[in-house]
Amino acid sequence: MGWDAVLQLDRLVLTEPGFRLFADFIVPQGAKVAIIGPSGAGKSTLLNAIAGFVVPTEGRVLWQGVDLAPLDPGSLPVTILFQDQNLFPHLTVAQNLALGLSSRLRPSVQDVQRIDWALTRTGLAGLGDRRPSELSGGQVGRAALARALLRARPILLLDEPFAALGPALKAEMLALVAEVADETGATVLMVTHDPKDAQGFAALTVLVADGLAQPPVDTALLFANPPKALADYLG
Amino acid sequence: MASRSSQINYAMGAAIVAALVVVLTFGMAAVVWAEAGSFWPTATDWAAVRFTLLQAVLSAGLSCLLAVPVARALARRYFVGRGILITLMGAPFLLPVIVAVLGLVIVFGRAGIVSDVMALFGLPPLSIYGLHGVLLAHVFFNLPLVTRMLLMGWQAIPSERFRLSASLGMTEGAVYRHLELPMLRSVLPGAAAVVFTICLTSFVVALTLGGGPGATTVELAIYKALRFDYEPARAAALSLLQFAMGAGEVALGWAVLGSTGFGVGLGRKVEMRPPRGWRFWVDILVIFIAASFLLLPLSAIVLRGIAGLADLPLGMIVALVRSFAVALTSTVLTVVAALLLALAVARKAKGAKLFDAVATLPLAVSGLVLGTGLFLTVQPYVRPEALALPVTVLVNALLSLPYVYSLLLPEARALHVDYDRLARSLALVGVARLRWVTLPRLARPLGFGAGLAASLSMGDLGVITLFAGESGTTLPLYVHRLMGAYRMEAAAGAALVLVVFSFALFVLFDGMGRRVAT
Repeated sequence: MGWDAVLQLDRLVLTEPGFRLFADFIVPQGAKVAIIGPSGAGKSTLLNAIAGFVVPTEGRVLWQGVDLAPLDPGSLPVTILFQDQNLFPHLTVAQNLALGLSSRLRPSVQDVQRIDWALTRTGLAGLGDRRPSELSGGQVGRAALARALLRARPILLLDEPFAALGPALKAEMLALVAEVADETGATVLMVTHDPKDAQGFAALTVLVADGLAQPPVDTALLFANPPKALADYLG
Repeated sequence: MASRSSQINYAMGAAIVAALVVVLTFGMAAVVWAEAGSFWPTATDWAAVRFTLLQAVLSAGLSCLLAVPVARALARRYFVGRGILITLMGAPFLLPVIVAVLGLVIVFGRAGIVSDVMALFGLPPLSIYGLHGVLLAHVFFNLPLVTRMLLMGWQAIPSERFRLSASLGMTEGAVYRHLELPMLRSVLPGAAAVVFTICLTSFVVALTLGGGPGATTVELAIYKALRFDYEPARAAALSLLQFAMGAGEVALGWAVLGSTGFGVGLGRKVEMRPPRGWRFWVDILVIFIAASFLLLPLSAIVLRGIAGLADLPLGMIVALVRSFAVALTSTVLTVVAALLLALAVARKAKGAKLFDAVATLPLAVSGLVLGTGLFLTVQPYVRPEALALPVTVLVNALLSLPYVYSLLLPEARALHVDYDRLARSLALVGVARLRWVTLPRLARPLGFGAGLAASLSMGDLGVITLFAGESGTTLPLYVHRLMGAYRMEAAAGAALVLVVFSFALFVLFDGMGRRVAT
């Protein structure tokens, strides 16, 4: 795999008052990576830096060798699913999906067909006219995922979007994410607090602790021989 | 860098608005400073200052004092029509002052309903003119306002505390000391400051119910100096005094108002045990008196107004159209200005702190101060009458700005926190973001704010009195002139039309906002 096919965090330093995080590693294209670590360690900050919401103090985020810093979040090769507020509550599900295709919200016939396909693909067929408040938690997650499917960006970032769901539903959603990622060949980085999610979903895991985001390692190996920081976190 | 460029546009828009606000407020203060004849007020001016402060302090004190038992009774008693009564308590804020004064004159005036009843017992008729008339009107406007603020305070006391006090067997006095008194200490200073601010710039009430050397506010003195005595230098000096009082009060208000933060709706139930026995009857009496005090003048306007509709001169229609045009134009200006400022502040654009301070700056000035400054500015070049309506539009827009801004800002902040990252990640910026996210999400406060601004502008009788000639009157000025000519039936008819259209504008805009928001 060449350097042009990876997400690279190049000596990245993220700082906030009382907080500093260093990351210097590459993520292979198409990999599914869990980001795990204690609360406040900087997992979400790392994700926000890749998504273009946090400006690094030092270093660069590179995709296929290109520095992403000059790009606006909407122009990045990235789709992000937040912990909540993934859908605009005053728009219908179909309109929320249409925003993934164009901000003009006047979808063409072709766009409508693609939206219907994404809804069907995520198990939401027939629910396009509903408002987010009329959906269950799982359906809201599916709708956000359907939009990610439409946007078809090569990097998918998950900032614990399914944290509020029960274990069975969460597993179902993660399976759907894995399917979507496999279909689109997307590289997925997922923040999680739950070791089971990491073990079930991600081949690689990044441990974030003590101001350092360690390079991704094999998830099974990591949990089999957890370093002290992870062992302390797992308790 | 699309989102950055759209942020710069908001910041630029907000900067232009802020510059205009500063020019209009400090600029007009500078004009009156430059034109002021003597900086040392005369004995008459001091009397106006004393009366202004006295009536404002007494109005604030009386409104707060009387609102406590009313709000307490409403907090712990549930009866048919309670919700309607609480809703109606919001009406005086939107009621054109001249209309309310007319209603009070019909009820409490020399030939009013109360005097008629007193005559039956051989008692002399009431006089509504003077300090007590001014206080009566101010309490009429502000008692409902303070009652609603206090009611929200009672509803904000966690119900668990009332349950805990019940389980501990606390007496009514102990509940009052430990739960209600701390809330009152927290809410009342802010409420008093709000009433004091409103009364400090009292003009229409003083114009109609005050007057004379013993009952003239500074605002009224400015009007007299400019319109009757034609002493621009004295009007300017008085405007400086008024500006100093307003600015001092706003500075004080910033310090005091920090403690009022009850954000719950009025629909929540207060879990207070309603006492039985004589206290029940006291509560009923208090609610009855407060409701009568509020509803009698309103009903009087409606009843007299219907009778007076047939007597309405045709000129009323023209005045109504003018008022409508003034209200709609000033509303558009206010809403656009408030939206630009609120979005720039919510998005923490460059200069956000300055924009936030500037948005509340108009609270320091009154319509008459601005009017005097503008009058002195334009007078050398153009007849002030020719600019009566544009100046009224501008002043009304400026005076409504702090209210609409304060309604929009919390929602704009919440919108930014909740959806900024999602919008940016979807490249939703500029006009598309305004069209599909910002305006729909802010529709409710925008509609409410627009309704408030339109209604206040429609009923305003301030700066127009300085500029208007025989022609070019707005509807509130028309009502005032009919009252001055003792054509009370026609005045009541025109007042009814005014109040119907003021409320209709509020309902229209508020309804539009609600419809878009749902």
